[in-house]
Amino acid sequence: MAVAETKRAIYEGTRIPSPIPSVLQVDPGLREEGDILEVNFGPNHPSTHGVLRLIVELNGEKVVGLQAVVGYLHTGFEKNMEAKTYWKAITYPERIDYVSFQNNELVFVLAIEKLLGIEPPPKAQWMRMLLCELNRIHSHLVWLGTAALELGAISMFWYCFRERDAILDLFELVGGVRMHTRYFQAGGLAEDIPQGFYDECRAFADTMEKRVDDYEALLSGQAIWLERTKGVGLLSAEDAIALGQSGPVLRASGVDWDLRKVQPYLVYDQVDFEVPVYPNGDVYDRYKVHMDEMRQSTRIVQQALHGMPEGPWIVDDRKIVLPPRHELHTSMESLIHHFKLVTEGYRVPEGEVYVTVESPRGELGCYLVSDGGPKPWRVKFRAPSFVALEATATCMSDALVADLIAIVGSLDTVMGEVDR
Amino acid sequence: MSPQPFDSLKGFAVTFRQMFKKPITQQYPEYKRPVYPRFRGRHRLWRHENGLEKCVGCSLCAAACPADCIRVVAAENTPGNRVSPGERYARIYEINLSRCIFCGYCELACPFDAITLEAEFEISEYSRDDLIYTKDMLLAEPVKRMPVADRDLYDTPTPVWKAES
Repeated sequence: MAVAETKRAIYEGTRIPSPIPSVLQVDPGLREEGDILEVNFGPNHPSTHGVLRLIVELNGEKVVGLQAVVGYLHTGFEKNMEAKTYWKAITYPERIDYVSFQNNELVFVLAIEKLLGIEPPPKAQWMRMLLCELNRIHSHLVWLGTAALELGAISMFWYCFRERDAILDLFELVGGVRMHTRYFQAGGLAEDIPQGFYDECRAFADTMEKRVDDYEALLSGQAIWLERTKGVGLLSAEDAIALGQSGPVLRASGVDWDLRKVQPYLVYDQVDFEVPVYPNGDVYDRYKVHMDEMRQSTRIVQQALHGMPEGPWIVDDRKIVLPPRHELHTSMESLIHHFKLVTEGYRVPEGEVYVTVESPRGELGCYLVSDGGPKPWRVKFRAPSFVALEATATCMSDALVADLIAIVGSLDTVMGEVDR
Repeated sequence: MSPQPFDSLKGFAVTFRQMFKKPITQQYPEYKRPVYPRFRGRHRLWRHENGLEKCVGCSLCAAACPADCIRVVAAENTPGNRVSPGERYARIYEINLSRCIFCGYCELACPFDAITLEAEFEISEYSRDDLIYTKDMLLAEPVKRMPVADRDLYDTPTPVWKAES
């Protein structure tokens, strides 16, 4: 990890004592004065990005103690997946992080493919990359809309959701539903890409660059936005690495670390894009990283549309992939395979893998253990939101209550992914 | 840290330009945007042209469902009561739409193209019990008609789940 040395950071070094705390403890001296007010922030508060409950201890306007209570959205996805065949379990990871669904689906499918030892055809790889980048734009738009809304910029929400809807239309076109598409299957894609998708997606990508400029014009230079975000929620590079941060939070702290570059998966090594890095580690830099990533993702989408190869969209392996429909009524063997695959599922060789992708929130990992049967023995997701939430207390030093909203918003946590 | 007056004007310009743009609001209940042909909405069970049901009660859709929302109880066809062309038919066919996640695995699984997910998406009810759709409801012609976009343009020539045989 190379720390970018373009500009000097606002503060260097660490303020984390060892062992690393994930809660902010009130100074005992302050508590004795008896001037501490304990406030429940959430779980049903519009500014908490979902059902996050923060127990905030205040000294006047100042946040002196902070404790996050998670688990309100726990649904037991990982345990449920153990009871489903791999084919059926593909529908589960999308619902863990419902904002970056396509990336979550990808990491699970990649894990299955790694255990099976199959390589999807190039068209599937390019399409997966394209959809994941569309999904990254979608996720950043949701982040920008809600995080700006929490700081009072209501119109950002309408602008962002206009583009988000265009992206969801594209997902509906290609995958059948707007959000949880289960379009990635082990071995490739569920269906071929329809012709109309290319035109619609190109039209979207052409407008998106200008739209990002519009968002920047609405926020970047505005006095209120700068007052609320500049120098707020500082996190140094050392602290970010010590806390295991990844994704935009880490890159806003000046660390050049993007799994798409350092450990390319799919075909990210064949496209040209840059990794935005900002040195200060405050809320404003996290915002800038998100904006630049949207631009870079648009670039990748354009290159993927241009470079999309022709050919099959799924591997021709009848032990894993459902046979073509027209064969079901003519070939007894296909029908038997179809019944076997649907009822029993494909068997995955014994072993364990850990696969990571760069989700919009950072390093998303899937740890998959197979005992050789048709169902996963254990699935564990490394959720970047959960790790980002751990940085809240460190970001919070000398913060006011109003900054708390900006900081929690800027860390871009999705509670579905935190609680799983 | 100090904002430039020019930056503020740039922001105002974006807002000002919006006045000359057409609103993107869709007047939803009156106007319905055509859904894309691959859209997966409410289920539909199909009949053959001679009136017999396509479903033969093999329960493959129930096996494929990740949410376990389909219940099929099969019964034997008799010469006096022939419901489907096969040996058996679905005596009970229920889909609990309050559990359904619209993944479309049932239509992928069905070897007889008996169940498909159609374009209808307005399926809210006042009671959860009303969301359990029985076989008669699924076989009936849907009351509401949803517009669907051009199938030739927005779908592959033969949809994976609907290739005729």
